[in-house]
Parts: sequence; structure tokens; C-alpha cells
Amino acid sequence: MSLRALLDNRLMPAIAIAAIVIILPLFFPSAYYYRIGALVFIFALAVVGLNLLMGFAGQVSLGHAGFMGIGAYSVAIGPVAFGAPSWLCLFAGAILSGTVAFAVGRPILRLKGHYLAVATLGFGLLVAIVLTNEAGWTGGPDGMSVPKLALFEWRVRGSDAWYWIAGTTFVVGFVLALNLMDSPTGRALHAIHDSEIAARVLGIDVARKKLTVFVISATYASVAGSYLALFNGHITPDSAGFLRSIELVAMVVLGGMGSIVGSLVGAAVLVVLPQVLTTFHEYEQALLGLIVMGFMIFLRQGIVPSIAAVFARWRK
Amino acid sequence: MAELLQFVSSGLTVGAIYALVGLGFTLIYKASDIINFAQGEFVMLGGMMTVFVAMADVPLPVAALIAAIVTAGVGLALHRFAIEPARGASPVVLIMITIGASIFLRGIAQIVFDKRFHSLPPLFGSDPIQFGGAAILPQSLAVLGGAAFIVILLWLFIERTLLGKAVIATSANRLAARLIGIDTRQIVDFSFVVSAVIGAIAGILITPIALTSYDVGTLLALKGFAAAMLGGIGSAPGAVVGGLLLGMIEAMTAGYLSSNYKDAVAFLIILIVLIAIPQGLFGRAKIERV
Amino acid sequence: MRALHHFSAAAAIGLSALLGVAHQASAQIKIGAVLSVTGPASFLGDPEKKTLEIYVEEINAKGGVNGQKIQLIVYDDGGIADNARTFATRLVEDDKIVAMVGGSTTGATMAMIPVFEDAKIPFISLAGAIQIIEPVHKWVFKTPHTDKMACEKIFADLKTRNLTTVALISGTDAFGKSMRDQCVAVAPKTGITIALEESYGPRDSDMTPQLTNIRNKAGVQAVVNPGFGQGPAIVTRNYRQLGITLPLYQSHGVASKQFIDLAGPAAEGVRLPAAALLIAEKLPASDPQKPVVVNYSRNYQQKSGQAVSTFGGHAYDGLMILVAAMQRAKSADTAKVRDEIERTKGYIGTGGIVNMTPADHMGLDLSAFHMLEIKSGDWTLVPGT
Repeated sequence: MSLRALLDNRLMPAIAIAAIVIILPLFFPSAYYYRIGALVFIFALAVVGLNLLMGFAGQVSLGHAGFMGIGAYSVAIGPVAFGAPSWLCLFAGAILSGTVAFAVGRPILRLKGHYLAVATLGFGLLVAIVLTNEAGWTGGPDGMSVPKLALFEWRVRGSDAWYWIAGTTFVVGFVLALNLMDSPTGRALHAIHDSEIAARVLGIDVARKKLTVFVISATYASVAGSYLALFNGHITPDSAGFLRSIELVAMVVLGGMGSIVGSLVGAAVLVVLPQVLTTFHEYEQALLGLIVMGFMIFLRQGIVPSIAAVFARWRK
Repeated sequence: MAELLQFVSSGLTVGAIYALVGLGFTLIYKASDIINFAQGEFVMLGGMMTVFVAMADVPLPVAALIAAIVTAGVGLALHRFAIEPARGASPVVLIMITIGASIFLRGIAQIVFDKRFHSLPPLFGSDPIQFGGAAILPQSLAVLGGAAFIVILLWLFIERTLLGKAVIATSANRLAARLIGIDTRQIVDFSFVVSAVIGAIAGILITPIALTSYDVGTLLALKGFAAAMLGGIGSAPGAVVGGLLLGMIEAMTAGYLSSNYKDAVAFLIILIVLIAIPQGLFGRAKIERV
Repeated sequence: MRALHHFSAAAAIGLSALLGVAHQASAQIKIGAVLSVTGPASFLGDPEKKTLEIYVEEINAKGGVNGQKIQLIVYDDGGIADNARTFATRLVEDDKIVAMVGGSTTGATMAMIPVFEDAKIPFISLAGAIQIIEPVHKWVFKTPHTDKMACEKIFADLKTRNLTTVALISGTDAFGKSMRDQCVAVAPKTGITIALEESYGPRDSDMTPQLTNIRNKAGVQAVVNPGFGQGPAIVTRNYRQLGITLPLYQSHGVASKQFIDLAGPAAEGVRLPAAALLIAEKLPASDPQKPVVVNYSRNYQQKSGQAVSTFGGHAYDGLMILVAAMQRAKSADTAKVRDEIERTKGYIGTGGIVNMTPADHMGLDLSAFHMLEIKSGDWTLVPGT
């Protein structure tokens, strides 16, 4: 295969990302960097899912942390209450999230724009409130500890192990998302994004397609939530909270709506930025706000699409 | 009966707060279709600024005036330096900018002010008014009155002034509005300033009841936004009705069902209302143009 | 391969610079702190951070510990446990601290415990809940009284007033919930009946419906309000608004002069359990804690310009226990320091007199708490407590 053909291959971005996952640790001086890397990939996984919903189907969700919460508490409660292995709980959580998304999505996806935003926001809050109040199961606001993931007698601990697990899963999730975009469903979603009425005229079952992508995005978020819980070993209802939902949306928009690569960049920026900003002490928050505003004003398509546009112009 | 009255009085108090905060979302949305997530920070600035200026031995009314003027300036700056440069960006991007602005304002406030809770003396004393075995604070009525006053002013402004008509025109079709000679940038400038002032007034009026601190904005904005959406975004009476309804639901749930789940019940009802009436109680359905 | 190593080393330095890590090769004792300086628990983290900064500077001005200066590294978790965990890893792996003071909230502390247990680094938490030290973790200690002790103190005071049936109204935040759980757990053992439980959200502005239900509940003799932040001040105001005359108890969560300012005249007659720090100047001269608490509260007020709170005091105690342990160990070796912290005996701090044992990593008893009553806008000591 010629280099040209390889570059044009649509799996190219996936190969590039896999290469990044493998090469990056060469530059990690300590386990702390593995942790940051793992967090980036875990969040990026949730953001890819949300990006399918926001960037491709054009539907906003301000409650996606709710699904992360369901995933997280599944791996926390399942092993303790039912003695189920963590990996099984992870799958059960993903199925539960998908089912909840299916049930909730049917009525609320009929809402448009800001009304959909407030409805999803309400959903996320409901999940957080239940997790906070049902202290008998969840440990309440102080949270609960999560048993370590055990795979074939191997108890997964340490940031480096999690770096590899999260990195691998992200690459898989990334490829699945790319394939989905290239499928008839993906093209139908794109049509919905551009104009719902036009899509309907074309014979696309708009409600069904929207619901499908909502369920898929919830599943992504749930798996990410499970990973986060297993990785941290302790979980609090913050992980399902409103601010976490906003953070996820910010990652999507910052990286670039509709850009799957952008999901990784958006997650990386918002995970690494607070770590960098600690040097500014009390100016941390103010700077974070300024940087988010600056990115959005100057790179309004999101980081990746804006840079891609510059390159495209430059090549001409 | 006395307990029902007390729950109603609580619902009015809390509802009036949500209504006043929710009102701030209306005008910006009307003029520019933007949900301003920094609205809660306007409320915070109004309260905190009044507290801190008053600490410097400035008489309270003057402090409140200064707070309103400074907040108006912040509103103007938000539009000029953050929203206007990104004009034409998608609504989600504009919302992200307002979220960035809210983080920024909170970050500045914790440096300029402090991280403690503060209160202001109520306008008409702190002796509760008794009626039928229930007690309500005069300040609750002041908040309610403030909300009513703003609704009337907004209505008069929209219906009776040329500037108001210009806001409507800008909201309906920005390009057409410009073609007929409306300076749409000034109109949106204006809507940000007025919304900021409404936010500041809200902050000043509710601080004697709800207290204030640098991070009071997030949750207030959340409830105010929910109230405005429940009523139908862009409608001033809708924001007030939505706010009062939300407050009432919370108070009744806390009183009769479970105080643990009052927020949950409130949001459940919002979900149900929106599913039944997708444009909110007072909102107008938007027609999608192909 | 060599080239690759050089390249990766260079890149590592670049990456470190990017992440803002200062690698200093100096003979300093690095002490870490992850505090909730912003966010809903900033009323804890803010005075804690100020206290640590004031006293580390003071210790360094006097020549440091064992001839070495202390370098304090503070990170702000914003009240979010996930962030705390990341910063804990950073302190251990990257900053290479030898000890840790902080963890403002129970959630953050619980999230960080595995990091310090794995790394074998002493960790003195400033959070309240009892699960931090029960079961005992080898490397984890804490300075504040537990929520359970606060409940026991309140209930003991109720008993002396012959009040046995109470209503609880608590915040749904971490502090309120944890305290509520402990109160419910210890009530039967102390002969107290909880007739009714109500709660309120972290930013609620009116609690009259809950208080109306409490008022209408037959047999209630007193009301206990575990909570922090602005909630208890609003509960207290609403309490008077509704004209309820039953005794009202607040918790150590409002142990700062600010509560009296916020609640205003409604705070009159409210009782709460608190450390000696709040009544520093009013302690009898014979009290062993008097010099410590008077010094700390004067010093803190002068340097920070803010009223003293018991939370800053927890940070003071944590730092001083650690410094004393390092002096006794004559080194900053983590294992030796840990052993010495565990051997802390008769340390007189702002929170009480600390006597740690291998089974008790807090070392405080009920005598550390005083029952205070608010009279004419100030704290007074309830006689006999």
C-alpha cells in the first residue's frame, strides 16, 4: 500500500491515536503522569459518546454525568451488595444506562434546543439527588469505596495499569464511533443535525435515530464512569453532578463538535489545564474561565476543526 | 390550615427568589437567543458588591446603586468583549462562553471579595408578619414586589417604547432589523445591561433572606433557569409564574412529602410539564425553517 | 536506543515544565496539603490554608525543623473528591512529599487514603467523620473531633436538662448527612428519642416548611440542627420567625463567629458543642489549653484579618503534631515520623489534649468539647461542661 493510500485510509486517525497511546508513556517521569493520561482517556471516552449526540445528531445533553454516575455506582454497589465481579457490574451498568436512556430519551428527545437542555439537566440532577439521598446503598455525599477491579486473579491497581486499560478502551471506542459515523445511521444523524424537517421528508425515522444515538452515548458515559470509579477506588455523587455534566459538554465544544479526534483534545485540555493552573494559586479559576472564553471566541468551531481548517487553507 | 398557609408563605419566599433570578434570563434571550449562564454571577455581584461597599461605611442605598452600576458595566463588558466577537457562532458555543464568563467572574470574586457568607439588613425590618397562624418575613414581600415591578417595567418597555420594539425586531430577524436601520449591536448591548441590572437587583433583594457568597450564583442560576424554562423562556410573566410554581412545589413537597426529595420532585414536575407542553407554560413554539 | 532515552528525558523535562512542576534540589522538608480552598467546603479549606501558610512561615523564620526549612505545597480540590485523589497522587509521585496535612472533607480524605497507604506516607486529615480512623489505617491520622463525639456531647447536655425527645433537621451535604447518621446511631445508647427528621438542600433559602412540621410534632422537646455554611443560619432565623421556643442546638459545623453575625438576634440562646478555641479569652487561667488557643486566635486574626474558626485550628494542630513528631524522630523519614505521630502524648492543641495510640489515631476525648451558648451576641461557656 502506498503511503498516500495509507494516509487516506479512514482508520488513519485511529492508528495515529493508538500510536500516541503507546508512545506517550516514554515521556512520563512518574506515576502521576500515568494518572493524568488515564484520566484524559477515561473522560475522552465519555466525551466521544456525548459528541456523537451533540456533534452529529445536534442534540444537547446537560445531564450526561448522570450516566457516568450510574456506571460508577454500578461497579461500586454491585460487588459489595451482590458479590458480583467488577467487570460484570461494568457491563450491567452499561446496559442499565442504555435502558434508562431508552426510557428517558423517548419522551424528552422530542424537546428542542434549550428545552432539551433543561430536561436532560433535570434528569442528571435526579440521578445525583438519588445517589446523595440513598445513603444506605451509596454512602451518601461522602461517597463509598469501590473494590478494585480483578481480572483473572490480577488485581488492577496503579496508574500505569489503568493508563493502558483506559487507552485501549478509548481506541476501541474511537474506532466504533468512526464506524458508526460512516454507517447509514451516521449519515442519517448528520441529516437530522442539518435540518430535522428535511431529514423527515427524506424518510428518516428521526425520533428513532435520535434515540439510538442517545442510548449509545449513555453507554459510553456509563463505561467511562465505571472506569473512573474503579480507577479512583472511591466515588462520591459529585461524579454525577451538574458541574461534571457541564465539564463534559465543555470538553465536546472545546475539542470541536462533530470531531471525534476533538473529543480527545477537549478532554486533554480540560483535564491537564487545572493541573497547569495550580501554579497560579488563587487566580486558578479566573484563568480557567478566561481560557475557556478565549478558546471559544477565537476557535469557535472547536480546537481540532479550527486547526484543520487552517491546514486546509494552507495546503491550497 | 395554619401549616398550609406557612407552606404557601415559604413557597412564595423561595418562588419569588427563583422568579427574580429567572427574569434576568428573559431579555438577553429575547434579544439574542442566548441563555446566559453567567446570570447567576450578576446576582452574586449585586449582593456581594453591596455588602462590601457598605462595609466601607457607604450608606446602604448608595452601596446598592454602586453595585447595580458596576454589575451593569460587567454585563456590557460581557457582551462587548466576549459575546460580540463570537457573533455567528453556534448557540452552544455562545453558551460555553457565558459558562467561561461565569467561572471567570467567580474566580475574580473570590479574590476581590472573600469566601465567606454575608448578609444584608432587610428593607422593612425582620419582624415577621403573622397571618392565620403563619409567619412571613417582610423581605419576602419585597422580593415578590421587586419581581412584579420588573415584569411591569419590562412589559411597558417592550410594548410602549420604540427601543422595546427594536428588541422584538432584533429577536425576530437580526438581518432584517439591521436593514430597517436598527443598530442591533446596541440593542443586544442594552439587553445585557438590563439583564445585569435585573440580576443585581435580585442579588440585593434576596441577600437578606438567602445570604450570599462568591459562589452563590451557580445554584441560583440553575433554579432560575429551570423556572424561566418552565414558564417559557423569553416570557417575563412566564419566568415569574415558573419561579413561583417551582417554589410552591418545593415547599409543598418539603411540607407534605419528604424534604430529602423536594428538589427531585420539582425537577420531575418540570420534566412532565415540558413533555406535555414542549415550549413551557407561556412560551411560543418556534417554527423550524428549512 | 540511547538517543531515544535522551529524547524522552528532554521531553519529560518539557512535560514537567508544562505541568508546572518545580523540581528543586534542596534540603527542604516537603509537606503537602490538598484542601477545599474553593467550592462548597471553602469555609473549611480557606482558614486551613491560611493557617498552614502562617505557621510554616513562622517555623521557617525560627530555623525550620531539625535544621531544615519546610516547603508547603497546597492544592485546591474545589471540594471534589476525584480532584483530591489526583492531587494526592501528584504530591506523592511528583512533588515527593514526606508528609501530608489536609483533606478538608471526609469525601476527599476517603478518596486519598489509598494513595498514602500505598505510598507509606503519613497523612493527617482535617475532616470529621469517624470512618477516617475506624478501622485504623496505618498511615492515616486526624485532628478534629468526630461527628459522633459532637452528637454525644449534645445529647449529654440534653439529658442534664431532662430533655429526651428531639427533632433533627440536617443539611443534605456531606457534613450534615454524616453528622445525622452518627446522631441517629448514638441516640438509643444515650436514651434520646428522635421523633422526627427533616432535611434541607445546600443552598436552600427557606426552611419554614420543615420547621413547621417540627413545631407541629407532638412531644418534641428540643431541636438539633447538624449542618454547615449558610443553612444553619437560615434555620435559626426561620426558627425565630415561626416563634418556636424549644431549645435549639447547632453543631461544631458553625463554630465560627460568623454564624452569630449571620443569624443575628435569632442566635440568642442557641447551644453548640465546640472546641476551646472559640472562647479562648474566656477560659479560666487554669485551663491548660488557654495559652495555646489565645496565641493561635490572636495570631490568626492579626495575620489573616478574619475571625478565628475551629477549622483553621485543626490545621494548626495537624501541622504542630507533625512537626513535633519530626523533631522527636530527629529526621523526616516517613516511617519514623509515622511512628512518632502515633506516639503523640499530651499534645495541647486548639482542639483539645491529644493522646494517640496504635488503636486511636485521633486521640481526643469528650473533654475536648465545651458546650457553648450564645448570649448577647457572643459565645459563653455553659457552666459545668
